Amino acid sequence: MTDITLPLPVALEQIREDFLALEQRDRLQLLLEFSNGLPDLPPRYSDHPDLLERVVECQSPVFLFVEVDAARTVHVFVTAPRESPTTRGFASILVQGLAGLDVDQVLAVPQDYPLEIGLTEAVSPLRIRGMMALLGRIQRQVRERAGAGGNA
Amino acid sequence: MTVELDPTPAFAAFAHPERLVSTEWLAEHLGSPGLVVVESDEDVLLYETGHIEGSVKIDWHTDLNDPVTRDYLDGAGFAKLLGSKGIGRDTTVVIYGDKTNWWAAYALWVFTLFGHEDVRLLDGGRAKWEAEGRAYTTASTPVVPVDYPVVERDDVTERVFKDDVIEHLGSPLIDVRSPEEYVGDRTTAPAYPEEGALRAGHIPTAQNVPWARAVAENGTFKPRAELEAIYLDGAGLKPGDDVIAYCRIGERSSHTWFALSYLLGFENVRNYDGSWTEWGSAVRVPIVKGVEPGVLTGTAAH
Repeated sequence: MTDITLPLPVALEQIREDFLALEQRDRLQLLLEFSNGLPDLPPRYSDHPDLLERVVECQSPVFLFVEVDAARTVHVFVTAPRESPTTRGFASILVQGLAGLDVDQVLAVPQDYPLEIGLTEAVSPLRIRGMMALLGRIQRQVRERAGAGGNA
Repeated sequence: MTVELDPTPAFAAFAHPERLVSTEWLAEHLGSPGLVVVESDEDVLLYETGHIEGSVKIDWHTDLNDPVTRDYLDGAGFAKLLGSKGIGRDTTVVIYGDKTNWWAAYALWVFTLFGHEDVRLLDGGRAKWEAEGRAYTTASTPVVPVDYPVVERDDVTERVFKDDVIEHLGSPLIDVRSPEEYVGDRTTAPAYPEEGALRAGHIPTAQNVPWARAVAENGTFKPRAELEAIYLDGAGLKPGDDVIAYCRIGERSSHTWFALSYLLGFENVRNYDGSWTEWGSAVRVPIVKGVEPGVLTGTAAH
């Protein structure tokens, strides 16, 4: 179970504050910056797309893979096509916001975090659901990998 | 018409060739007085990554939908939106977009509800423009706002509501969703988010013609003879039929509405924008599952 009283991890909180500080149209520009900043996949995944899990709730082909290292730190890798910049932006927010967190911290991120960052009006509630699905998939993979010993 | 029509021979066989322009035509006419190019995409950020020079963006969800009621802008809202984009009542508007103009056709349909006279679709949309190596810019488009008159939306000629569909049962219906949705295996398009329809299947007697069958591999509309083979020979429509098209929320069926109305010349085609998200959750409306269109029975029959 997640503890709803936990504060958000620093990076996710900072992203939230950055979006909320902007006017609606500028929030789209910031999302575009995130989109452009989505890291490329490391070769072990870009050379093996079969290892990636497709997120079917997203409106464009999105693939993700989660690693949990020996220190229980989570590493998230996501890819989405250039012609789907909104999805790339969502992925980038999560990849950057979850970077360096451990298993418990990732699992404690509220599922409605995507609703809280001021993008619902700028991109529409329907589109935000794609980001919630992505977060849900990441947390599920973390649970699976951590449950399997956490040393994958 | 304020900007000359596209004389492309491929369009000549269509019932209303004035509703299409080719990428060549658009490239030659960019910047023409009286022309405004509108990009309308599924992805709300795609325009910002690069768009046709001088184009303005209109988003189906954040611009055309009312933020509270499940409806479109009213006349005052539409006037404000178009005026802010530099579009006057007599402006020639060319709309293009991603996903084979799926959302561009939807925007065009909404423009038509307000009776905007000269609104055209870029045949092939963004994909063809890109495939031909044509330029995009990320520069913001300078817009000189103009006055657009407040026009009352016409919700009768091109649009139907659920009760109209019930009244229409027994006349042709085209379900433009994927076969999986039509059969009732799922309530959303494959790879699309769940939008809340409670039941799966289709409206009785509806023929399933997935919208994308109207386009060729390069994203342009198929020639008239091929479209006739699909909609007349295949789906059984006859010239003069009253037709209602529907999908999930009315966007894919806007594309089919365009093809039937302007390419094949059906004069009474209406789009049911409530579509499956409404029908699939409405109480006691008839639903059929499986590959067969099904028949009207009991209280549903007229």
